[in-house]
Amino acid sequence: MAKASVFTGLRSNIFAGFVVSLIALPLALGLAVASGFPMVAGIITAVVGGVLVSILGGSYVTITGPGYGLVVVLLSAVSVLGDGDIHAGYLYALSAVILSGGVLLLFGFLRFGALSDFFPATAIQGMLSAIGVTLLVKQFYVMFGDMKTKGTVLDLLVGIPDLLKSLPHVSDGQLYAVGIGVVSLLIMFSYSKITNRVFRLIPAPMWVILLALGFDAYFSIIGGENPISKTLLISLPDNMLTSMPTPNFSKWQEPAFWGIVLSITLVSSIESLLSIKAVDKLDPEKRRSNINKDMKALGVATIVSGFLGGMNVGTVISRSSVNVNNHATNRSSNFFHAFFLLLFVIVFQDQLSRIPFTSLAAILVYTGYKLTAPAIFVRMYRIGKEQLFIFLTTLIATLLTDLITGILTGLFATFVIHVVLNKAFWLFSRNLIKPNVLMYKENETNSYYVSVIHFCTFLNFYKLKAKLDKIPQTEKVVVDFSLCAFVDHTVQESLHNYEELFIRKGGMVEIIGLDIHETDSSHPFAVRTLRPVQTLRVFGRGKTRRQQQLEALAQEKGWSYEENPNTQKRLLRDYLGHETTSVERMYNQLSNSNKNLSLFDITFSEGVFIAKESVQTTLLRVRLNAPVPVFSFDREMLLEKLSHLAGFHDIDFPDYPAFSDDFYVRGNDPEGVRAFFTPALISFFSAYGFYHILCNGKELLVRQFLRPASAAEASAMIEFGLALKKKIDG
Amino acid sequence: MSVLFNASLIMVHVGEKSGEKEKILQKLVAAFPDTLPPYSVLWKAGHPVEVLLDACVSENADLIILGAIQREELLKYYVGSVARKLTRKCPCDVLLLIKPSVERIPCSHAVVNGLAHKKTEVAITRAFYVLNALGANRLTIVEEIPEDDVAVKVDDDRSLRKSTIVKERITLREKTRVGRILANIPPQMKANVQHNIQPIFGRRGYSIGHFARVKRADLLVMNAPQAHSVWDRIFPHDLEYILSDLPTDVLIVR
Repeated sequence: MAKASVFTGLRSNIFAGFVVSLIALPLALGLAVASGFPMVAGIITAVVGGVLVSILGGSYVTITGPGYGLVVVLLSAVSVLGDGDIHAGYLYALSAVILSGGVLLLFGFLRFGALSDFFPATAIQGMLSAIGVTLLVKQFYVMFGDMKTKGTVLDLLVGIPDLLKSLPHVSDGQLYAVGIGVVSLLIMFSYSKITNRVFRLIPAPMWVILLALGFDAYFSIIGGENPISKTLLISLPDNMLTSMPTPNFSKWQEPAFWGIVLSITLVSSIESLLSIKAVDKLDPEKRRSNINKDMKALGVATIVSGFLGGMNVGTVISRSSVNVNNHATNRSSNFFHAFFLLLFVIVFQDQLSRIPFTSLAAILVYTGYKLTAPAIFVRMYRIGKEQLFIFLTTLIATLLTDLITGILTGLFATFVIHVVLNKAFWLFSRNLIKPNVLMYKENETNSYYVSVIHFCTFLNFYKLKAKLDKIPQTEKVVVDFSLCAFVDHTVQESLHNYEELFIRKGGMVEIIGLDIHETDSSHPFAVRTLRPVQTLRVFGRGKTRRQQQLEALAQEKGWSYEENPNTQKRLLRDYLGHETTSVERMYNQLSNSNKNLSLFDITFSEGVFIAKESVQTTLLRVRLNAPVPVFSFDREMLLEKLSHLAGFHDIDFPDYPAFSDDFYVRGNDPEGVRAFFTPALISFFSAYGFYHILCNGKELLVRQFLRPASAAEASAMIEFGLALKKKIDG
Repeated sequence: MSVLFNASLIMVHVGEKSGEKEKILQKLVAAFPDTLPPYSVLWKAGHPVEVLLDACVSENADLIILGAIQREELLKYYVGSVARKLTRKCPCDVLLLIKPSVERIPCSHAVVNGLAHKKTEVAITRAFYVLNALGANRLTIVEEIPEDDVAVKVDDDRSLRKSTIVKERITLREKTRVGRILANIPPQMKANVQHNIQPIFGRRGYSIGHFARVKRADLLVMNAPQAHSVWDRIFPHDLEYILSDLPTDVLIVR
């Protein structure tokens, strides 16, 4: 493949970089202040990140800069390490940033790109929401002009009414600033609802800046002084190059220092990894990012940024998605975003110092709100009560303690819930370290088949992921969970992401074998447990993805669909060689209007004494109008063992030697069967040789695999059934 | 079983001979009135593993049949059960039965390993022999190719494409190798057995067991392992995966 030149589509990348820099400027300033770093640190982070990652990185349309998650950890780092002295704390924190860059670089070399997969999706969501709450509450105070607040997030939350009550007593200078802050917040919230094209040309954060500058300009035109008190206006150093700080590494022996390094690294890498994954889904050219290479680049950028006085460089989702929306095609847009940012700061240094803190705080309050919006709580509840529990546990634990403890609590809570749901600890303890994934290319269908046994949760998803990553995304994949006792939400959500990735590139991921698992929720990604079911019962309310697809298939064909099981113990009894087969249940039944064609899944076991695992498969039943001879048709000799017991033998077709050699047709009435297999039928069956067909004289049963068929395979079976019925009944 | 192979049967009972035990055995034998092969009973006291090993050597046995539990407890896993010890030390072939049933279930599908190993040829030949004797008719030869053989780490689209090409090349090479082994097997043995080859990229020894389970095979034929130490059980590989969690009946070829 010829390497795409950096210069292709240069114009669109310059433009995208420009638009992103408009958003990045206020965010960089705001995030730096919120982290307890000097204002310019945010700019340094974004510029260093943009330049270095665009050269070294492995992703395509991501934008790098200071991340939201870091605000919380860095702020506590500055206050803890500095013991109240903000400047000393800043210098200590810089050394922590540099070291965390080193750790990140190491992660990249150790290929830890899958790090974020080791945490349950819900716990990560809980952690992000906790960051959101912290950001929201702290910046809410700043928005009201209170710059010196201290205390835990919960204390601050309780104190909000007092803050509002004290508002009428503040000075005019502060009141103006608060006014600008509140208006800015309104702009942020209403921006997505305004559809005016002219208004939408400029992104919301830039409107906030323009509002502040316009306010200032108004007063300078009427000849007065800006009424906002000087302490509430941002201040940039006069000469950024000479005011370079020296990081202070003297605390390297303290365990608390390393705890901070670890949490900075963890938050920064999780945020970046999630963003890279999310941006890959947006990339119009459907490229796959080299995550480990990107991690190395972020590590290098963080080290450099730390030495220059900046924060951790991370990949940021909102700026990246703006980048994609403005038709960026490669990493050069990240470079131009850095370039424009630097340009703005140098050219408009004077103007920037007229922006009040309150308007930056308004932007961050809105960001915090987005991370912890009520909609997230509702979504968690929909997936399942236990997910809401995990989410809230992580959220509260993170707020009460720190990020590391919080996410570990969430992880532990998830595991405990899984054990409780399964009522079995051994399922996890016994099978954790064993390999549990098999992947191979099926010879018959040329698609990839992935089978998972034991259990599949966040604990061992990386094994499944490693296999899935090795499949070209243009291929068809079937993931079979029928031997898997427990599948959690994290796995299903990640698999859903794979589904999307494969569909975008022309491939397909289909998940089978989850339909008989139990669940209490109606969400398609809810946790699913396989329990030995003694009595027949109606499944939980939730449908799996496959059931939804089957239902859609039924609608498309105008068929009826019934997912709940019913007993038809004797369903297979009058078929050749299945005299002893007892069907445990029959479910996911699709049938046409006059009930002579139906497709369904069954679970059956052969015999009673034989402790053979029960088998799940999908069958198609064709009811015929006129009686036909009893026969079985098969390419492989799968049914041989059964039929030779019953005294049936292979029927030869002397006129069709090739057909006779390739297929095994058996029956107790050779003449009748020979007469039944007309030349047209023989050529039809040869073309569909991968189906196994059983006939009891009145009905035909068609089967493809000894596993449930995926929705696409089911659709093909239905087509085959329709054609078959037409051929036989005429 | 020995009826099918036209072999003589030696039953080994570890423990003191007593009237009661003999009666039970007589009853068991009486259940096979007409098909009974020539058989003898050995009564010996001692440690089961040693007794059985001695018996194998002294009676010059070709095959030893053992009942085995499907899944091992953690303690057993490290200390070792009788079946497992025998599997390692026995000089002849070992057949491990996991689900003995009163009625014989016809065996129809066997899976055999096709590793690049000097014993593989013996294993495949033996598998054909056993299948013919049992009247089974399907054999899948599974080649397990460790992921490390594909020396390309998948990071992005380009490395993925490279690794796919390498995999295809290895698959082709392996298929020719197994094809050469198959060519050496007498045609009359192959006539009644439908065989195909399935390459799998995955952990050696594990993937074949999982494959046998997915395909619901009735018999798994494996090469005997080389020397063992405690390390092999702490860091399991190859046969250990299958022994600790038997997917089906297993025949280990020596």
